[in-house]
Amino acid sequence: MKREIMQGNAAIARGAWEAGVKVAAAYPGTPSSEILQDIADNYPEIYAEWSPNEMVAMQVASGAAIAGARSMVSMKHVGMNVAADAFMTLSYTGIKGGMVIIVADDPNVHSSQNEQDSRNWARFGKAPMLEPADAQECKDFTKIAFDISEQFDTPVFLRTETRVAHADSPVTLEDRAESKIALGLDPKEAAKYVMVPINVRARRKVVEEKMKKLEEYANTFKYNVVEMNDPSVGVIASSAAYLYTKEVFPEWSYLKLGMVWPLPKKLIADFAKKVKKLVIVEELDPFFETEIRAMGIKVWHGKDVIPTMYELSPEIVEASLKGKKYKAPKIKVKPEDLPRRPPNLCAGCSHRPLFYALKKLGTFVFGDIGCYTLAFAPPLQALHTTVCMGAGGGQAHGAMKALGKEGLGKVCAVLGDSTFLHSGLAPLMNAVYNKGNSTTIVLDNRITGMTGHQEHAGSGFTVRQEPTNMVDYEEIGKALGVKSIRKIDPYDIKGTMEILKEEMAKDEPSLILCKDSPCMLLRRAKPLEKFKNPVYTIDRDKCRGCKLCLEINCPAISWREGAGQTADGHKRKGTVYINPDQCVGCEVCVQICKYDAIVPGKK
Amino acid sequence: MNKNGKTTNIFLSGVGGQGTILASNILAEIFLKAGYDVKKAEVHGMAQRGGDVTTHFRFGKKVYSPLIKYGDVDFLLSFEELEALRYINWVKPEGKILINRQQIFPPAVSLGNMAYPGDAEKTFKKYFKDNIRMIDGQGVAKQLGNAQAANVVLVGAFSNFFPDVKETAWIDAIKGLLAPKLHDLNVKAFYEGRKAL
Repeated sequence: MKREIMQGNAAIARGAWEAGVKVAAAYPGTPSSEILQDIADNYPEIYAEWSPNEMVAMQVASGAAIAGARSMVSMKHVGMNVAADAFMTLSYTGIKGGMVIIVADDPNVHSSQNEQDSRNWARFGKAPMLEPADAQECKDFTKIAFDISEQFDTPVFLRTETRVAHADSPVTLEDRAESKIALGLDPKEAAKYVMVPINVRARRKVVEEKMKKLEEYANTFKYNVVEMNDPSVGVIASSAAYLYTKEVFPEWSYLKLGMVWPLPKKLIADFAKKVKKLVIVEELDPFFETEIRAMGIKVWHGKDVIPTMYELSPEIVEASLKGKKYKAPKIKVKPEDLPRRPPNLCAGCSHRPLFYALKKLGTFVFGDIGCYTLAFAPPLQALHTTVCMGAGGGQAHGAMKALGKEGLGKVCAVLGDSTFLHSGLAPLMNAVYNKGNSTTIVLDNRITGMTGHQEHAGSGFTVRQEPTNMVDYEEIGKALGVKSIRKIDPYDIKGTMEILKEEMAKDEPSLILCKDSPCMLLRRAKPLEKFKNPVYTIDRDKCRGCKLCLEINCPAISWREGAGQTADGHKRKGTVYINPDQCVGCEVCVQICKYDAIVPGKK
Repeated sequence: MNKNGKTTNIFLSGVGGQGTILASNILAEIFLKAGYDVKKAEVHGMAQRGGDVTTHFRFGKKVYSPLIKYGDVDFLLSFEELEALRYINWVKPEGKILINRQQIFPPAVSLGNMAYPGDAEKTFKKYFKDNIRMIDGQGVAKQLGNAQAANVVLVGAFSNFFPDVKETAWIDAIKGLLAPKLHDLNVKAFYEGRKAL
């Protein structure tokens, strides 16, 4: 059999294909984005789509499952918050074809707005959850999740996290097996799927019975594995936490949980009896620990020493469990003394001049999730809230209602094109309906940028690069009742400032659309073509070293210390330098320079 | 190479866009083909926006953790000087280090608020003596006509740390991972890097 190195996410895609999945839907989000793209790129037997948000993706997958197909939906942890409304009732209706929900957590918030522990959804919503530890398990668990889904008539979670989703390890490949369930819809099953109170009460019982049966199943589930070594310490763990602990304490005994909900209570009780002291190692919440302690089992160590925040690692597990006996490596250089390297907007990015304009206007900016969130960081510091997708629109409206006329001219909301379609339409509709006066700016860069260029309903292409309808944001604004819709060219800072000023001062809702400002990394949109010159350089005869151009935080521009003077005798402490390898000629800095010291250069 | 059956830990560090991922993919191919269990972990997400990127790569008979334990790095391959310094504490006292002679200024340095720590080589020499080597990956790649191949130049230089791995294994892995039109340039880049150290 063929063995390949695969990323956890690619292994999930492979598992879906081998399991005979027919429909897969997702909204991108780190660390889950690669799953759907990998399916689209490699497995033509599976229909794949980027849905506008996780809720729609959940609906699509469940519709396909009710029609008898094996279906999969994938998202990051916060995506489940959006999809939860559908999920919480799907666990009652059940499915027909197997349905698996992939939810990818991000302990240590490498790229997220919070650090929630998705295991809680399984307990809360009453559905089973599997948790793989490496790529082989990602594939195997995905496949068995479909079997469990069909056997118990329930959606099944597969929870990953950054160190599983984005870790590569060997995977043995197998063939695809088509599902044995016939496709088709049966109107006679309506009582199972129409969740009105009388039917809900009947299904409620089914849900409880299902969870009881699943608990029995968990006790003999082949991926809940007992590894007896030295019985003086027994560890209960899952996923990456198991791997870290096994790495530093290979001599101990283990109960590795492949199914993290429902818990195999009998198996846990038996394991606890076999070992002298019980340790529970889990990332984030004391999920296992709360349950195991409630069973009356004595726990030697759990969250009393294991952190409840951020991600675990071999050294954190070792230090937590060894306490004072842990010997840390010698510190040669203090990392905190080194300059940090936070991510930054790309050279030429259209968000940079727009946020510079907002900063100059002193605007309070209600933000959203995307690359533009980086405008929060110094020196730009031009974005003031980030909560969830679409939040800025609703928050700006609320703030304006609170501030009244005092707020006019001082507040706006920014959303990306992808996030506007994800959750931004309802807040805009609301601002019009409730006679608000907020200004909403859609930073349309023609793609879902931050997660690595996923298509969406406004990009003009499907996940498989087939041309398709493109949402017309102006027509949407009109249909929602927005009277004042303006287009701006963010690269024209002065013109942008004038329009922003006018619109924010208006006592009615405004919609501002960025035109012709595609993502710098989106090659098909030829983002560089509109720039007159390929590169700019500093005229050292003119640069006074005023540092004004550094305020935009362009990665191509840096400060060079060195006393000197301009051609006309102005003393300076240094000059700026434009790196020709990074400059793309966007002319944003040219507009900011007061001394005409930034001039066309040569590549 | 891990004669006592222990897992070998390789840490790669650099800046988004430098090609650290290709380098770690080459390592993964080689050691999988050589019959080892391998694990590789990297943080994606915002890395392509110029942030720092790291990859943990491990190979051995059976590898559990995808992350290297702090202080347990056998080999550090760094694509940028500051990003080498940032992880100096991760390297074992007897660990070996290869650093690309490149300085990419982070925002605090570009803005003139902090100085770039230009003493990476000196600091590593102090603690690791002759186990630290420097190479000008961009310089070598530019001579071949394409600075983009600097990452494979570094892989070529790094290959000297693994005398048991045959030269053909490296070439096969590079060819297997890159489109045919890129083979000539990158095979040359590998050899130049291998010679340069």
